[in-house]
Amino acid sequence: MLAWTWTRAAAAYPVSFTLMVGFGLMMAAVDLAVILVVFANTTALAGFTRAEVLFLYGAANIAFSVADMCVGNLDKISQHIKAGTLDTMLLKPAPAWLQAAVDRFTPSRFGRVLQSVIVLVTALAALDIPWQRAWMVPVMIATAGVIFASLWTLAGAAQFVLTDAPEVVNAFTYGSGQLTQYPFSVYGRDLVRGVTYVLPLAFVNWQPGLYVLGKDDPFGTPEALRFLGPVAALLLALLAALAWRQGIRRYRSTGS
Amino acid sequence: MIELERAGRVFKVKRTLVHAVRELSFTVAPGEFVGCLGPNGAGKSTTIKMLCGILTPTSGTVRVAGLDPSRRRTVLARRIGVVFGQRTTLWWDLPLRDSFELIRLLYKVDRRVFAERLDELVETLDLAAFLRTPVRQLSLGQRMRGDLTAALLHAPDVLVLDEPTIGLDVVSKNSIRSFLLRVNAERGTTVLLTTHDLGDVERLCRRVMLIDHGRLAFDGSLDDLMATAPDETIEEVVTRLYTRAGQ
Amino acid sequence: MWAAAAGAFTNSVFGILRAYVLIALWQAKPGLAGYDVLDAVTFCFVTQAFIGPMQLFGGGLTIPERIRTGDIALDLVRPASLQAWALSEDLGRAAYLFLVRGLPPMIIGALVFGVVVPSGAGRWAAFAASFALGVLVSFAWRYLIALSVCWLADDRGVVTVSMVLTTFFSGMMLPLPIFPGLLGDVAATLPWAAMAQLPADVYLGRAGFADAVPFQALWAVALLALGALGTRAIRHKVVIQGG
Repeated sequence: MLAWTWTRAAAAYPVSFTLMVGFGLMMAAVDLAVILVVFANTTALAGFTRAEVLFLYGAANIAFSVADMCVGNLDKISQHIKAGTLDTMLLKPAPAWLQAAVDRFTPSRFGRVLQSVIVLVTALAALDIPWQRAWMVPVMIATAGVIFASLWTLAGAAQFVLTDAPEVVNAFTYGSGQLTQYPFSVYGRDLVRGVTYVLPLAFVNWQPGLYVLGKDDPFGTPEALRFLGPVAALLLALLAALAWRQGIRRYRSTGS
Repeated sequence: MIELERAGRVFKVKRTLVHAVRELSFTVAPGEFVGCLGPNGAGKSTTIKMLCGILTPTSGTVRVAGLDPSRRRTVLARRIGVVFGQRTTLWWDLPLRDSFELIRLLYKVDRRVFAERLDELVETLDLAAFLRTPVRQLSLGQRMRGDLTAALLHAPDVLVLDEPTIGLDVVSKNSIRSFLLRVNAERGTTVLLTTHDLGDVERLCRRVMLIDHGRLAFDGSLDDLMATAPDETIEEVVTRLYTRAGQ
Repeated sequence: MWAAAAGAFTNSVFGILRAYVLIALWQAKPGLAGYDVLDAVTFCFVTQAFIGPMQLFGGGLTIPERIRTGDIALDLVRPASLQAWALSEDLGRAAYLFLVRGLPPMIIGALVFGVVVPSGAGRWAAFAASFALGVLVSFAWRYLIALSVCWLADDRGVVTVSMVLTTFFSGMMLPLPIFPGLLGDVAATLPWAAMAQLPADVYLGRAGFADAVPFQALWAVALLALGALGTRAIRHKVVIQGG
């Protein structure tokens, strides 16, 4: 059904659609340009080469932009609450989560997806990863997608409480996107610990990425951690689902 | 079809408890056409929300089509149709036709049945001229007809309307009223309507409920209501009931 | 008000994340472009602090919306120039956001990493002048973008391009002096450099009053002049032609 609405909207205004995709590409290009400028000045950043950084960036960004495209609208739920349109959603025989997520069609986010795919493919070509490790790449992207989608769900759930300052969640959703653009070896030890054990962003691209690239963890975590991505994603998803349900329940029992 | 048993709804507003609905009990049988009157803030909208599952009651029970709206929201959603006079249930940016198509998908209506129903509704409500217009560009009357269509496309057992004729011109009001009578008569759809418009009540409702301060102040046929003061107009009767209930 | 606080929080978080990247870069190349690590970190938080008052991500003006609704006609028949009136609004907002969204990232940066603080009244005065000009240049640019709505059915393209150019070339992402070769040379001459890069350099003491202010003033005058022309054009279109 989702696909239907989107292709319908795209077909209706093909010029606008292509333009919007172009704009998305442009905006995503800035992040890429930053990485390229950094590497115009050095050959290694915190122990990682340009191709390695672009690999980490591409993989994370694909997941991030796909999640943004699919469920990114969840962080607008406070607008729906204020406008009363959440009530309208609750009248329909579909989960409010789904309706809120697909509420707006944003072709520009697809532009970012496109850019990330190009970056990842280029980086992988330059890196020449052996098959025995390359299997992790689709796994890590899928896991990352679940993590980001859960993050957006949590952001939406938070808005049931934070109706007056919904923008706060941007620091976490878009902040996570920014965080995962670079290898975690650039960040401080405490921050890395926090995003490994508290908010499992390390499993977006850092931990599995270390495995793919065949590198040791500069922070010294055990090898086993590299494979815990799916577990972390599952746990986070459960937490997010619970939080969202709680938010809806609270809304229905206290009114707007 | 609709049963409220001592339903209550309390809101906490800045440390005080507000009883929006208090020990409200009534039953609506299938096929009835009930009008619901009451001053602003009386608890009508709150009652409607509880019927639809948007709000959970804080006390008592609510049953619509045999289901508990707070627990079986999505199941109930397939059996009821709701029209809010002040807010649309359609998708703002999409053309009207696309909204209907989305409804078909959401409510899982069979394609052929849907096509027949839609054609009939388009004809009865005269929608053909603006089927392709985005909802946000529709006039109030057009939007209302669109909302009504949307509420009926899945052939619900119950139709709930919250101030459907508000802001409409006389012609539109009449056509909507005729339409509602037809829906009730031909399909046996139970209709519950809240309104401030006494013309709606006179024309449509055999049974009238008056809700004030969260309680049921009157529940009976329109004739009974008028019989309490045979010389007065309906406005005078209702005004008196409002002011008395307020004491 | 809450939105501004939320913005301050986000700016601070991004400041921390960007700072780490800069630290890693400066560890790989110490003394790059004449900055030391502390300079680079400070630069990062100073430019993050500029985001609010200078609206580096665009927007901050009510003009586009007023053009769309037609209210702009009311503004154009007022005795005061549209540009002057919009500027005074923007300056007011800049002052407010300087406090609410400007200070927090600096404080966070100071607490987490430690930042450079200008020494001496002379440097503070130079910084104040440079900062004010940065706001002015940013306003003048955004004003031109805002006016374009009058001629374009859909302004999303212009807004996107503006945001891309501003965020990249203002120095907000990376200090312009580290841009390689021709790109770096060109970037230093563009108006966006006058918005964030120069005031930040003045703050750090890397650029003096005479290095920064004339360049910024030049761009401010040029863009404001274009803005005046634009105002006349829009007045012609809206008031005289009724567009």
